[in-house]
Amino acid sequence: MSTHRSSSLSKDAWSRLVANKMAIASLIMLFFISMLCLFGPLLSSHSFDQQNLDKVFQAPSIDHPLGTDSLGRDLFARTTYGGRISLMVGLLATLVSLIIGVTYGMASGYAGGKIDAWMMRFVDVLYSLPFIIFVILLMVLFGRNFLLLFLAIGAVEWLTMARITRAQTITLKKAEFIEAARALGFSHWRILFHHLLPNLIGPIIIYATLTVPAVMLLEAALSFLGLGVQAPMSSWGSLIQEGAEKMDAAPWLLLFPGSLFCLTLFALNFLGDGLRDALDPKHTKG
Amino acid sequence: MTKLIFSRLLQAIPTLWVIATVTFFMTRFAPGGPFDSEKAIPEEIKIKLESHFGLDQPLFHQYLLYLKNLLQGDLGPSFKYPEWEVSELIATAFPVSLTLGALSLMIALLLGIPTGMLAALKRNSWMDYLPMSLSMAGICLPTFVLGPFLIYALSTQLGLFPPLGWYGPTDWFLPSLTLGLFYAAYIARLTRAGMLETLQQEYIKTAKAKGASSWRILSKHAAQGGLLPVITFLGPAFAGLISGSFVIESIFFIPGLGKFFVTAAFNRDYTMVLGTVLFYATLIIFLNLLVDLVQAWIDPKSRQSK
Repeated sequence: MSTHRSSSLSKDAWSRLVANKMAIASLIMLFFISMLCLFGPLLSSHSFDQQNLDKVFQAPSIDHPLGTDSLGRDLFARTTYGGRISLMVGLLATLVSLIIGVTYGMASGYAGGKIDAWMMRFVDVLYSLPFIIFVILLMVLFGRNFLLLFLAIGAVEWLTMARITRAQTITLKKAEFIEAARALGFSHWRILFHHLLPNLIGPIIIYATLTVPAVMLLEAALSFLGLGVQAPMSSWGSLIQEGAEKMDAAPWLLLFPGSLFCLTLFALNFLGDGLRDALDPKHTKG
Repeated sequence: MTKLIFSRLLQAIPTLWVIATVTFFMTRFAPGGPFDSEKAIPEEIKIKLESHFGLDQPLFHQYLLYLKNLLQGDLGPSFKYPEWEVSELIATAFPVSLTLGALSLMIALLLGIPTGMLAALKRNSWMDYLPMSLSMAGICLPTFVLGPFLIYALSTQLGLFPPLGWYGPTDWFLPSLTLGLFYAAYIARLTRAGMLETLQQEYIKTAKAKGASSWRILSKHAAQGGLLPVITFLGPAFAGLISGSFVIESIFFIPGLGKFFVTAAFNRDYTMVLGTVLFYATLIIFLNLLVDLVQAWIDPKSRQSK
């Protein structure tokens, strides 16, 4: 198809994004944080689960740049390692929710009519439920394994994605190039994945960027309740929980993981907003 | 209006049935049982308890028994504390969570709406930028970071409020503020966006041209349209306040329903888990209906589309 046109569109979007200082600052910040989490545990001379009971609750020093926790474990190693887990959960669970949401939304919008009405009714009903309750239940009852965590969070977050995809699909369905594809006798499968999907990428990217922080927040809340990642592994949520408990003795235990987590959420939200402005020129900020 | 209420109530029945069924089988297929805790119970008592709850019957039989009792409004006794009815436990714990939720919502509305209105009126001035940057920070600051921080600053350092517990009104402030600030931030942004859009409408210009005072325009004409997004947001907000209360109750050691629920799930207290899930689901369905009614009352357009 017209590769020329699409490349100039994405170039346009890119230049709009670059002009947005907050979004670019967020992008750089996210890059920096990811690198820190990726290589931090390798740079540290301590491992994240190495205990040293002679050195508990040590304030930040040269040997332990962020101090140590109640078991003398190095907080820098734990925070960066925890960041890996939090970011990974954020990305993978978003991917799960994307796959479910986009497939469901496209199917619903493309099918139309009664099927569409019923499928969306189902989403509406799910929307009105306190899903966190089911996630808590799942995590408690079936043990806290990682795969389940992704699936549970992904299963909660797909609803909005399905709605957005459906709305876009309905608009696109009437477009001429889809009618042309249909007239040429292409299969529904081919039309859905070769013709519709590429045109949905914009909104999908925008919403995915905004889903990552939502997912990370949910994972952290679960870990905070003791239902997410289990010791000796760490995630930002479980570190914040430990930090909150030991706040009076060692405020740095809350301060460092807490601020890194907030910075990441902040950057992701700003980047999401920036992407929306860049990819969707029609959408004007209020 | 009556039709809306009626159809929603009709729809609530299958929804609740599905929830009851899913939760029932989920708890039963999970490994572990309510009576195999660390404290060993004598075998005969265990058998007695199991037969009392019908646990020795086939699973489907238990399910039918549960539904039958449910239809009569009987949630059964708690598995963990058989001397208590589940409904009694909910009745003890829920008022605590309700107080927390209501206070948080009040803080959110009283702080969020005026801030958003002011920001919209003084657009692109510091009175717009400052609250809007703060609200962005409020949205990104999770309650479990904000809560401990507020405890540290206002309680440990300044000694203004008790750090935890739920004994009197002074205990209520910190948890409600922690939970409410996020929603205040979100509502402020929604109000600002809604007001900005409304203030550009023709009817506002007409009112201005007719010489209505700016206060009258704001309170009478603009507020009605501008607050619609806030009202729509209230539905998800109720659900969010409930899940938020789980975390808040754990931070501040508050004996609310959220804490009961998490403990019950850990204890495999099946009847308590089921009862709480159904209670929350009913509550949310009811609150969503309420939001839709308010919306239909304020905005005639949504009445037609329904």
